Parts: sequence; C-alpha cells; structure tokens
Amino acid sequence: MLLSIKNLHASVQGKEILNGVNLEVNRGEVHAIMGPNGTGKSTLASVIAGREVFEMTSGEILYKGKNLQKLSVEERAREGIFLGFQYPVEIPGVSITNFMRTAVNEIRKYKGLDALSASEFIKMMEEKKKLVEITSNLTNRSVNEGFSGGEKKKNEIFQMAMLEPMLAILDETDSGLDIDALRIVANGVNKLRRPDNAFVVITHYQRLLDYIIPDYVHVLFEGKIVKSGGKELALELEERGYDWIKKEQVE
Amino acid sequence: MESDSNKIIGEFTQGDYKYGFVTDIDTEFAPRGLTEDTIRFISAKKQEPEFLLEFRLKAFRHWLTMTQPKWAHLHIDPINFQDIIYYAAPKKKHQLENLDQVDPDLLATFNKLGISLEEQKKLSGVAVDAVIDSVSVKTTFTETLSKYGIIFCSFSEAVLKHPNLVKQYMGSVVPYTDNFFASLNSAVFSDGSFCYIPKGVRCPVELSTYFRINAANTGQFERTLIVAEEGSYVSYMEGCTAPQRDENQLHAAIVEIVAMKDAEVKYSTVQNWYPGDKNGKGGIYNFVTKRGICKGSNAKISWTQVETGSAITWKYPSCILLGDNSVGEFYSVAVTNNHQQADTGTKMQHLGKNTRSTIISKGISAGKGNNSYRGLVRITKNAVNSRNYSQCDSLLLGSQCGAHTFPYIQVENKSSIVEHEATTSKISEDQLFYCQQRGIDMESAIGLIVNGYAKEVLKQLPMEFAVEAQKLLSISLEGSVG
Ligand SMILES: Nc1ncnc2c1ncn2[C@@H]1O[C@H](COP(=O)(O)OP(=O)(O)OP(=O)(O)O)[C@@H](O)[C@H]1O
Ligand SMILES: [Mg+2]
Repeated sequence: MLLSIKNLHASVQGKEILNGVNLEVNRGEVHAIMGPNGTGKSTLASVIAGREVFEMTSGEILYKGKNLQKLSVEERAREGIFLGFQYPVEIPGVSITNFMRTAVNEIRKYKGLDALSASEFIKMMEEKKKLVEITSNLTNRSVNEGFSGGEKKKNEIFQMAMLEPMLAILDETDSGLDIDALRIVANGVNKLRRPDNAFVVITHYQRLLDYIIPDYVHVLFEGKIVKSGGKELALELEERGYDWIKKEQVE
Repeated sequence: MESDSNKIIGEFTQGDYKYGFVTDIDTEFAPRGLTEDTIRFISAKKQEPEFLLEFRLKAFRHWLTMTQPKWAHLHIDPINFQDIIYYAAPKKKHQLENLDQVDPDLLATFNKLGISLEEQKKLSGVAVDAVIDSVSVKTTFTETLSKYGIIFCSFSEAVLKHPNLVKQYMGSVVPYTDNFFASLNSAVFSDGSFCYIPKGVRCPVELSTYFRINAANTGQFERTLIVAEEGSYVSYMEGCTAPQRDENQLHAAIVEIVAMKDAEVKYSTVQNWYPGDKNGKGGIYNFVTKRGICKGSNAKISWTQVETGSAITWKYPSCILLGDNSVGEFYSVAVTNNHQQADTGTKMQHLGKNTRSTIISKGISAGKGNNSYRGLVRITKNAVNSRNYSQCDSLLLGSQCGAHTFPYIQVENKSSIVEHEATTSKISEDQLFYCQQRGIDMESAIGLIVNGYAKEVLKQLPMEFAVEAQKLLSISLEGSVG
C-alpha cells in the first residue's frame, strides 16, 4: 500500500476541518475525490503534504509504511509526494528553469545522486515539455508570474513530469482549462501513470474523469469521506448533485 | 501562524558571517590620532608632491570646522577620531614582479575568499588591482592596458606618475568641502585606484579592485578616480570582504567619476564587509561618497551596487547630468540583517537638456535590520524634456525589521516627467510552502526568492560578479534552520 489514512482529524486556527477521514491508495491506482465547496478537499491535500498551518489533531497517515508526521514538507516531497496546487503561487524573478533545476537537484541529493549538469537538465526539460505539450517560452518566464489560469495549471503538470512523483495529488488541476488544455493535462497524467505510482485527483467535474479513468471515486463531505464507489459514482453526482448525499447523511 | 513563521524566519536569518578571519601581515602604522603632523607623516611616507599635501591640509582645516552629521534613521555610537590609526602599509621590501613575491598569507586570504589573482587573470580576463590595507600590493594587466593608453594603477602611483591628471580631476566631482566624511577622506586618504581611458578607447577587460580592510583599528580611507575621455567606455568593479573584528572600523571612501562627451562608465560594487555579530557588536561603519559627472553630451554613468555587509552603510552614488542627452542609472540591492543599518540611495541632478535617469532600488530587511532608501531627483529649469523613472521596493523577512523610503523630487520645468513607484512585500508562507513542496528546503527557498526579487539589479552586473553576488545574497541571509 502506498498511502493509508486512518481516522484523520485536522484543524486550522482551532477550527476542525477534517473529522475522521479514512482513505487507502495502492500503487497503480487513480482515485478521484469530489465534494461541495469548502468541505475540506484542499485541506486534506495540504495535510498530506505537511503544511504547518494545518494541525493534525488525531489519526495517522502512513506513506510507504512510514509515519508521515515525522517528516518535514520538503522531506515528504523528496520521498515522492507531489501536490498540484489549486492556486499555484507566483515567485517573481525566479525562472521556472532555475526553480525546477533547484528542485530536481535537491531531490537527487536526498537520494544520493549527483546533481544534473546544465546540459543534462536542459535535455530532461525538453523531453518533459514535449510529454506535456508545453510551449518553450513558458519555462523562461518567472514561476507563475503573469500566467493565465490555464497556463498555471499546465505548469503544475509540467513540474509533476519533471519530479516524477510516487504519489501525485492534483487539486482541481482541471478548473479553468479549455477543452484542449484539459486533454493536454489528462494526457500528461496518463503518460506518467505507472504500476508503481498513484494519483489522487480532486475535481468538481466528471468531464475530467472521461480522460483520466479513476479506479475509485470518493465523496468528501463536511470533513469526512461519506461515500466511495467506482467511476459510475461520478456520473451519478454529475446528474443528481450532492443533495441526496446530504440527505443520506442526515438520515 | 504569523508568530510561527516569524520564528522560523528569525532562526533562519541568524547566520554567522562566513568570511571572518584575520591574516597576519606585517604592517607599518601611523601614530594613533589625527593632527596636521599625521597628515604630513602620511604625505611624506608616500613621497607626495607639494600640491597634494596642500590639498590634504586645506581639507583637514575645513574638516575641523565641521561636525559629524546626525541622521534620522541611523543610530551611530560616537566615533573617537583621535583613536584611529590613519595609515597602515604592508612593509614593502622591493617592487613585486610576480605572484611568487606576494606575501603567502595574503594569497591564502584571497584563496579563502575564492579570489585567486592567477585564476582571475587567466579565466575571466580581469585586471585585478588588489588593495590590502591601503597600499596596492599587486597590479596586473597594466602592460596590456597600457597598449591602449589606459592607465589603471593605485592612486599613489598615479600621483607620482601622472600628477597633472590627478591635479586636474581630484576633487572636481567631490570637493573637499562636500561633507564631513568626504573632508576627512580628503585629508587622510591612504590609497585607492586611478583609472584613465583615453579618447575613443573601449576598455577591453572589466577593471576590478578588491578592497580589504585588514589591520585592527585602522580607518580605511580609499580614494578612487575614474576619468573617461570622449567616446570611451569602461566597466569597473569593486568588491570587498573583511575579517571579523570586535571594534568598529571606520571606512570613509570617495569615488569620483568624470565622463566626457559620448563616454560611458559602468561602476559595479559588491560590498560584504563585516556586519557585526548577531547582537550588533563590531562591524564596519561604511560612509562613502560616490559621485559621477556626465560632463559632455550623451555621456552615461551607471552605478550598480549589491550591499550585504557593514554594520552601518551610508552611501548615495550620484550622477550630475550636465551634458545634454546624458544618462544616469542607479541599480541597488541592499540587505540588512540582525542589527545592520543601511541608509542608501542616489541623487540624480539633471542640469542638461533631454537628460534621463533610472533608479531601481531593492531593499531587503531581516532580523532587526533597518533599511532606508533616500533619493533625490532634481530637474533644474534648464533641463527641459528630461525624464526620471524610480522604482523602490522593499522586502521584509520577519516582523522586527524595518524599511523606509524617502524620495525627494524637485522638478523646475514643465516639459519633464518624473515617475516614482514604491512597493513593500514579504516572503509569504504560500511561497515558502510552494518551494518546500517541490523538495526545496527553507534556506534555499529564501535564497531563491530573494535572488528573484533582486534580479533586475543583479542582471546589470558583469557575469562573473553576478554569480558572486547571488551567493552573497544567499549567504547573508543564511542560518540554522530547525
Ligand atoms: N488557512 C485557513 N484559515 C482558516 N480557514 C481555512 C484555511 N484554509 C481553509 N480554511 C477553511 O477550511 C474549510 C475547507 O477548505 P478547503 O479549502 O479544504 O475546501 P475545499 O473542499 O478544497 O473547497 P473548494 O472546492 O472550494 O476548493 C473552508 O471552510 C475554509 O474556509
Ligand atoms: Mg479546494
């Protein structure tokens, strides 16, 4: 098992957001997480990534059998956890090339590998750009600065391709994408799928799941996973909305 | 959350000065204190011509009538000017011909700093005039340069070999009456660099001087003069590091630049003197007067500075735009960490028609550091159709540091345009988390973000200098993380 979350409770500024999340992700699987706005999807992603503002109050997260709580944000990243941000952050003056070169080499150092030379790195970058169909001028620009919404999301996929994570959590990477970009992003994910890695895709739209076929679909509601199923659950949600789930909860 | 990230940034920014070491070089001192006799001693030691002794004495007598200025945003302990040694020179046995003859301790010092003269010569084509404790120890490339008619030597040498040029230009941009520290420098300056580019010559290499303060309790009074004749070009680099010291060391330098018609001078500085320890003890007092004049039309002077060191920095590299269509530029990154204080900026005096100036200032404050930008843009009545663009940004790391911006703007005609923009920002928790999520630790993340912030200025530096400056920026904010 790659990721195992048991009875996870987490709060921010004293307010409990997650109250008892259970989730198991095996290598080779794609999981989709859906649910109404503000129910804690991004919070769950942040807690897995180790963001400090979110306090884990109880429960446990095991990743590759190890207790994640002991690891810092960057150690988790170096162990192969990647978060595609719902709102990617701008870093003025830092080119994507420089940013990625720093990241790739820090991860290599952690793994005991030599840093890539400039030419090796450029070669790798060209390959990955092709893979995710990204235009070349984007990588010369500062990280996310002045990017359109869609460009930011494509850039997240490009970074994922560069870092080759074991567990990729994509938080609404499909939001704000036009149809072509959606296909590009989905293809990127599909090309990066391997038997030993896994994806957790947070989305509001069943449409994405036409391209990235999930093994499981979960509904996160008020800080808990209240329903899990196969791909057909997404279709049902698309059709019926969340009201019936809310009702089921009350009953 | 707020206090938490402050704590982290606080821990992070408390890095100790990496270049703190002292080499033991045989030094010859002037008697402690300052009287006319001290000045005669210095002048005699240097076998100076009469005009220079006169200049020094006039400056000294004027200085006696002045009092040390008080600045609103700098806290300076009183300086006892009688407790300073005004002259220290490595004992010269004979003239040095190659690096083998240089004091091995000195070479080791350069090596620790990653500045090997030999390497500099071979790899980057840089002519290095190394100044240690006021007297030039070694000048390289002089011969190559002399083929072009370029003079690049120590100030003392220029005084002896080119007295007429020195007499003509010394004090013409910064008069000995200019300010308290300029007067002091004019009275007691020990050495420095002199650079003369003849008409129509493009200097083929970057000229570079590494200054270094080395003897305990020795005030350092450098004087640099650069003259660029009509249609010439030169790029000049100045870089400094200093060994760790307990007592405050005073540094009051003067740099004068004269650019004739169609000439261009680029002056770049990376300043990394000992900033004092975490509690603000020790550190260099850096009071510098830097000024250039665009004397002819279409002349251009460009100042670029990366200031990471010193306990107190007070400097305003300035341009007098006298020639029509002349251009002045000022690009600055100033870092203050722990108890460092910096009050820096520029003055752009537009006197000629169609003159243009650009000011890009990036302040970075961390710890309890205080960073002020003070700039004057003055466009006189005759300077019609002139333009200035100023951008002053401040970046704060943590909540105990300060940033202040004091732009003074005087426009005396209607056809000129002055634009001023100012921003203050912080490194956000979002940005740090984003970097860390990509596997980059906090220390590298801050280095990355700060260098990105300063990019507009760093890209003005000559290539090899830019790399050094980037490292310095990261080092100066480095510390022990968790
Ligand atoms: N830093 C924070 N401080 C205070 N409240 C927060 C913070 N971050 C999240 N919250 C709150 O936690 C709740 C869950 O937010 P979260 O972003 O996890 O929702 P989401 O399921 O991702 O929603 P969406 O579908 O809109 O992206 C919301 O009520 C939100 O306002
Ligand atoms: Mg969200």
